[in-house]
Amino acid sequence: MTAEYETHDHDVLIIGAGGAGLRAALGALAQGAKVGVVCKSLLGKAHTVMAEGGIAAAMANVDSADDWRTHFRDTMRGGKLLNNWRMAQIHAQEAPERVRELEQWGALFDRTQDGEILQRAFGGHTFRRLCHVGDRTGLEMIRTLQDRGVQMGIDVYMECTISRLLKDGDRIGGAFGYWREQGRFVVFRAKSIVIATGGIGKAWKITSNSWEYTGDGMALAYGAGAELKDMEFVQFHPTGMVWPPGVQGILVTEAVRGEGGILRNKLGERFMEKYDPKRMELSTRDVVARSIYTEVREGRGTEHGGAYLDISHKASDYVKKKLPSMYHQFRELADVDITKEPMEVGPTCHYMMGGIRVDAETAQSSVPGLFAAGEAAAGLHGANRLGGNSLSDLLVFGRRAGLAAAEHAKTIDTTSIDSGQIEEAARDMLVPFERKDGENPYTIHRDLQEAMQDLVGIFRNQEDLTRALEELEKLKARVGHVGVEGSRMFNPGWHLAQDLKSMLTVSEAVTRSALTRQESRGAHSRIDYPGLDATWGTKNNVIAREGSAMTLRQSPVPEMPNELKQLVVEEK
Amino acid sequence: MAEAIFEVFRGNRDGGKPATYRVPIAPGMVVLDALHYIQAHQAPDLAIRWNCKAGKCGSCSAEVNGRPRLTCKTRMDALPLDKAITVTPMKSFPVIKDLVTDVSWNYRVNKKIPPFEPRPGVEWKMYQRDVDRVQEFRKCIECFLCQNVCHVLREHEEKEQFGGPRFFVRVAALEMHPLDSKSRTRILKDELGIGLCNITKCCTEVCPEEIHITDNAIIPLKERVVDEFYDPVLFLVRKIRGANK
Ligand SMILES: Cc1cc2nc3c(=O)[nH]c(=O)nc-3n(C[C@H](O)[C@H](O)[C@H](O)COP(=O)(O)OP(=O)(O)OC[C@H]3O[C@@H](n4cnc5c(N)ncnc54)[C@H](O)[C@@H]3O)c2cc1C
Ligand code: SF4
Ligand code: SF4
Ligand code: FES
Repeated sequence: MTAEYETHDHDVLIIGAGGAGLRAALGALAQGAKVGVVCKSLLGKAHTVMAEGGIAAAMANVDSADDWRTHFRDTMRGGKLLNNWRMAQIHAQEAPERVRELEQWGALFDRTQDGEILQRAFGGHTFRRLCHVGDRTGLEMIRTLQDRGVQMGIDVYMECTISRLLKDGDRIGGAFGYWREQGRFVVFRAKSIVIATGGIGKAWKITSNSWEYTGDGMALAYGAGAELKDMEFVQFHPTGMVWPPGVQGILVTEAVRGEGGILRNKLGERFMEKYDPKRMELSTRDVVARSIYTEVREGRGTEHGGAYLDISHKASDYVKKKLPSMYHQFRELADVDITKEPMEVGPTCHYMMGGIRVDAETAQSSVPGLFAAGEAAAGLHGANRLGGNSLSDLLVFGRRAGLAAAEHAKTIDTTSIDSGQIEEAARDMLVPFERKDGENPYTIHRDLQEAMQDLVGIFRNQEDLTRALEELEKLKARVGHVGVEGSRMFNPGWHLAQDLKSMLTVSEAVTRSALTRQESRGAHSRIDYPGLDATWGTKNNVIAREGSAMTLRQSPVPEMPNELKQLVVEEK
Repeated sequence: MAEAIFEVFRGNRDGGKPATYRVPIAPGMVVLDALHYIQAHQAPDLAIRWNCKAGKCGSCSAEVNGRPRLTCKTRMDALPLDKAITVTPMKSFPVIKDLVTDVSWNYRVNKKIPPFEPRPGVEWKMYQRDVDRVQEFRKCIECFLCQNVCHVLREHEEKEQFGGPRFFVRVAALEMHPLDSKSRTRILKDELGIGLCNITKCCTEVCPEEIHITDNAIIPLKERVVDEFYDPVLFLVRKIRGANK
């Protein structure tokens, strides 16, 4: 059988149309490259649209003492020093310029009295640092980038999913995918590829993430020979909705706490006094999530197994103005008026600190021509991400990836892809249709989510993680027998059958890394190894593929220059 | 457990018909939850769009019992359960499959609109009172429900001459941006056909973001067009008449 497909040529192909992908596209376009952007949903619907609280940048509009050094220090400390220091430095230095640029492209942030961009407090940030638009910052950001992209003439392939990267020898050559609408195949030939596909939250049962978050980009890069890093660090956001069941996991923005929200248990105790008396509700996310979890486990949880989060002491108009979407979300989905009563909240799987290992300056992975930015890449956040540092990450490293990808493309004359790779990719996609008694992909997905939720959650131990690996092996075997009904036309069951493969690869990387790291650091908490371990503090876990086997090694955390070391020493 | 009966449109460009599904009801359930249940247990190939499940992305638009809604924000306990709940695709756009429609026309209209262009040498200062009204328009999540109900698009199929409420909201956001320097009135009149809107307010009624599309976007834009292109005297007369009504 020869597969039928259409072909497109680009200097730079960007997989993903969230903040990172769109900013990368603008960067590459500015270099004169022919750019294509591919995304699974419609343009403007990527995860970035859901971001609420804000974008972190040391602009010092509200607290004049803020500068990049403090932002750098906060980021490194929040990440428990596992971060790539150079990425943290670049991020802190460049974020303000990237935010200003958004404003110059038409974004309208909330304002200070003097007409500057307003900034709010967030967990782990020393100063009020998050530029925001009420609680819909991500919408403002993605629209601004999208409009700018349309104006500059990017080619967008919407509702098109990449299922495999194609190589030209050792370097990247292109990508294979399918149109969701008709199910037809498509091949992109590209001199450079930027992966900006976001995270993996859909592998957990309780999550703030959408159907798109199946770890595709990480699995694609891994399949093409790139390394993954820090995969044990999965962020559980402390405040997701817990009731009613259908909304379980939906995010309650940290801005509620940034604006003064208070956490209490069912006894009315402000329990953060016990866990972090200095920073209280605005402690880092790992700490707050574990605190809520512990309160619930020890029997002090609310009726539906969460904690109370209360903002009703603030004036009703203020709450509606600064947190409008939270107000509507609770009123419409949970029958709770947050200006009058507390919300019930609990931890939800939210963000992946780990991802594709990249060079700090250029965002290039270990595969020549393959770049990565945004949530799909690793390094900036170390063991725990601070709120607001993702949106700024997308802009800073999205731009750098786009520029470097365009530069790389200039060094390549032509790319050629042998048809064997394409045939294999097509066959992989089509086999589920041939299995008449194949298993329902939704059932396998549910079982995966349960395994990851129960065994690779907020608190981990050797026994659970070992069991998780066994479960994942069984699930892999089941995915080998997955079947799909219906035609190739817009068929979500078929799409899920494909996404399951990425989810399993990435879940395995998470579990193996978590099993290896015998300490608790940032978002990774081992009940059997509760403390920080100094030797583990100098190592990152790195995952790579050898043949069909997943290998794990440790690589030393790059050492900071002395002047930066000075910045991060903990004051006594 | 209590059950609801759903009649969901199944079909494609060539036609289709409703299929019946039974779904157990859980507390606080929304229509999108029911559609997911149907996918997982009865029809794995049921085509729908969704992303955020929280009213933030504007992907999950459809008609529930004939009313245009975000399915992720339509609570089952607000619907009568003694008869079947019908779910059909948005009517103004061609069906691709099941509840998924071809909304690409909207992306093409969007391209006609000249982008933000700051005044040269401008100082980047803006005050909250000046951005407030524009921020209202920028809340738009592009669910296209307003496009779906507007009779100019729905019944008269004026898609070539008329941009529709979503894009009046977008133009209003640009025109009222405190630092923008461009005028888009000619495009409003000639290419987006704002004159065809007869202010029925159907768009405003369905907007999940509660944007006052007609009062705050369309009417002020119509006034700008009139100001620029028609007899200023006639314009005054109209204004006075309007005020006396
Ligand atoms: C509810 C919520 C609130 C948040 N609030 C904040 C906040 O206030 N501040 C902050 O800093 N961060 C916040 N975050 C985190 C932040 O929004 C995300 O980390 C960030 O938006 C990710 O951006 P991205 O560009 O990396 O990916 P995304 O925006 O997720 O985009 C991924 C893109 O990749 C595409 N894609 C994926 N797989 C494929 C494939 N196989 N083929 C083709 N395309 C593919 C998708 O279609 C999509 O276009 C929040 C996250 C959530 C879920
Ligand atoms: S007010 Fe105008 S744009 Fe809105 S629905 Fe009526 S005719 Fe259409
Ligand atoms: S204006 Fe309202 S109804 Fe229209 S697309 Fe935007 S959010 Fe939807
Ligand atoms: S799924 Fe995003 S608005 Fe309904």
